[in-house]
Amino acid sequence: MTMLSRTASNLYWIGRYMERAEFTTRLIEATIRLGSLSAHAESEQAWKSALAVVGAAGLSEGAGESFSAFTARRYLALSEGNTSSIRSCLFIARENARAARNVLTREVWEAINRAWLTIRDRTSPGGTQSTLNLVEDLKSVTRGFEGAIARMLRTEAYWFMRLGSMVERGDNTARLLDVKYYLLLPRGQQVGGALDRDQWQTLLQIVSGQTAYRLIYRQALKPWLVADLLVYRPELPRSLRAAADETVTLLSEFGSRSGRQGPADRLARRRLSRLEAGTVDDLMAVGLHETLQDYIDENATLDRAIAQQFRFP
Amino acid sequence: MSLTSPFDEVWGLSKGEAPREGFEPLARWFEETPASELTRRQQAAEAAFRSLGITFNVYGDEEAAERIIPFDIIPRVFSAKEWDNLSAGLEQRVRAINAFVEDCYGARRIIADGVVPADIVLGNSQFCIPAVGASPPHGIYAHIAGIDLIRTGPDEFFVLEDNARTPSGVSYMLENREAMLRLCPELFDLFPVRPVDAYPELLRDTLQSVAPPGSREPRCVLLTPGHHNSAFYEHSFLANNAGIELVEGRDLEVDDDIVWMRTIDGRVRVDVIYRRIDDAFLDPLVFRPDSMLGVTGIMAAYMAGNVTLVNAPGTGIADDKAIYSYMPDIVRYYTGEEAKLPNVETWRCREPQALQYTLDNLEKLVVKLVDGSGGYGMLVGPTASKAEIETFRAALKAEPARYIAQPTLALSTVPTITDKGIAPRHVDFRPFVLTGANGVTTVPGGLTRVALREGSLVVNSSQGGGTKDSFILAPEGGLS
Repeated sequence: MTMLSRTASNLYWIGRYMERAEFTTRLIEATIRLGSLSAHAESEQAWKSALAVVGAAGLSEGAGESFSAFTARRYLALSEGNTSSIRSCLFIARENARAARNVLTREVWEAINRAWLTIRDRTSPGGTQSTLNLVEDLKSVTRGFEGAIARMLRTEAYWFMRLGSMVERGDNTARLLDVKYYLLLPRGQQVGGALDRDQWQTLLQIVSGQTAYRLIYRQALKPWLVADLLVYRPELPRSLRAAADETVTLLSEFGSRSGRQGPADRLARRRLSRLEAGTVDDLMAVGLHETLQDYIDENATLDRAIAQQFRFP
Repeated sequence: MSLTSPFDEVWGLSKGEAPREGFEPLARWFEETPASELTRRQQAAEAAFRSLGITFNVYGDEEAAERIIPFDIIPRVFSAKEWDNLSAGLEQRVRAINAFVEDCYGARRIIADGVVPADIVLGNSQFCIPAVGASPPHGIYAHIAGIDLIRTGPDEFFVLEDNARTPSGVSYMLENREAMLRLCPELFDLFPVRPVDAYPELLRDTLQSVAPPGSREPRCVLLTPGHHNSAFYEHSFLANNAGIELVEGRDLEVDDDIVWMRTIDGRVRVDVIYRRIDDAFLDPLVFRPDSMLGVTGIMAAYMAGNVTLVNAPGTGIADDKAIYSYMPDIVRYYTGEEAKLPNVETWRCREPQALQYTLDNLEKLVVKLVDGSGGYGMLVGPTASKAEIETFRAALKAEPARYIAQPTLALSTVPTITDKGIAPRHVDFRPFVLTGANGVTTVPGGLTRVALREGSLVVNSSQGGGTKDSFILAPEGGLS
């Protein structure tokens, strides 16, 4: 049975929003940890950079309520005005899941529903410990979601959800790395000093890359190696390369079923071959910021190409 | 208010002294299972329903936008003999309903023969003028009917309502059974319960059997208003289990009187649409122009015979409570037999004598809108306040033709778990009858709805009702 275009788009957005919810959860967790290691002013800086990652840098200078770690946590986790808060992400994912209910397994639906119920009645992030408890709960429910989709049949429903996850994941990792390099480093801090090292650890923690780094490089944290890991290493599931890799694989699954390919396939393959050939030296030559911005733009183009190719409404 | 000792499905008229014959094991089960254990299982069932998202929306109630329907784990049990009688009556009635609706949109013999007055059909708000002259495959209009039954004594069953538009609730029949099998498996050792899980397949077979002539491998879809509709869970559940596509109006388009759905591989022709949206929203070209739920041009495709709509447009006349009052005549007219399932005595307020009787006895009667449903717009005289009765009196006098009245019946009760232990609560029963090219089928089961408030006779989920599983026993079972 061929799939409705609207259902396909529901599935794709489930993938995107569940991924975004998980990423934001990890961002909050790591930022709390970073804040607890540093002085008050630096902690505030950590939250400002976390907001920058989700494209809400303006919030910290905005009018109204004065900025604090609390307001930042609330904005990232619960704000209904923030369409990318964890609460909003889980709400939108669940709305899409309700609409696509009949192509989801019971297990996947339950995982999404449970994720939403975890946060539905929260109105305040509470103190740091309370937020951490919420983070633990959310990590557990998003792991449940990943587990549930891993057990799905490998057919369109699975492919579209994973495709959404991969497009979102690439975008999230690129933003995270970009902010780290260009907004995070406070003036006057010695590169390689204590704070710097904490921040690198934080970044790795967000992408579950601490152990990966140790296993792959077997040396002390070096900024360019972290960039290498997050951009080029296929072993790290949250690297740009790994996301691009799986995107190509998923699109070719559709192609081999329907016998047709489209602009999204070509775009995804071109991006992958560039990442396959790239090295840290290229990053240095072109500039990391430029490379990441290009990736983010190209990812958005790919998103539109997918929508067109599968006739999303 | 409580009526004088209603019939209890387990205890009969013994007031809890002795179970009816064959019900001893059930009585022993719920009396010997510790209350805390029953409560625990009930909570487990409700938690499972919530996590499955088996919810319904209550219109006009923002707070409770998504509620689960309360579930009671003490089942309602029908003996094989009771069911045989019921199913024969149901099938007879649904045959008559289909013949009647076909006649109304075709030759109108029943009107010409003076059995049913013309104005009650042609002047009916549910009469669908654009469907006049349609010729759906096999002359079937009400492919899926839900017939609401009530019981007042050991052998007294009545039809309370016919639902021939888009009856809902069948997913509860199936999910309640799932929950019972999981939570109370021992009951299935005590009783030879007939399975209900064939319903989705029967539904699919029914849909395929009524495809337009000439369509090989007909493609069937379920058309839902979308996931904000109160019955959306059921729509997706049925589509999923029947293996048909779940579509919204915006997924379909009509081109040259042919219906297509939009898919990732391009458009695909649709042959049969099990639509779960009302006539009024079906096609903005023909019905409500502001409908965002329907499909432009779908009525033209239907009238051209290129697509089958299930149920066909216009079946609402059979739901009308004024026409209901003629059902014994309608059954006799088309089947040549007396109705096996009687109606509840009904006064048509359009008739002056009946109106006078109704006005004189409002505090004893149940008064209903002829086209109402869901327990909205009805008066239950014995429990109504003076003010409510006076409001209804005024409404009745203003537009008598919009109302019918019925006696307040002592609906049978079933033991039910309440805050104060197990207590009798009134129930009704909605079995589902399918009609396809190969005949009429009733799955051995249905939806038992229970009024959870003490003494209440209103079982509608929108009015605080709950549900129970309904066991139909196999012939060799313990019940006579």
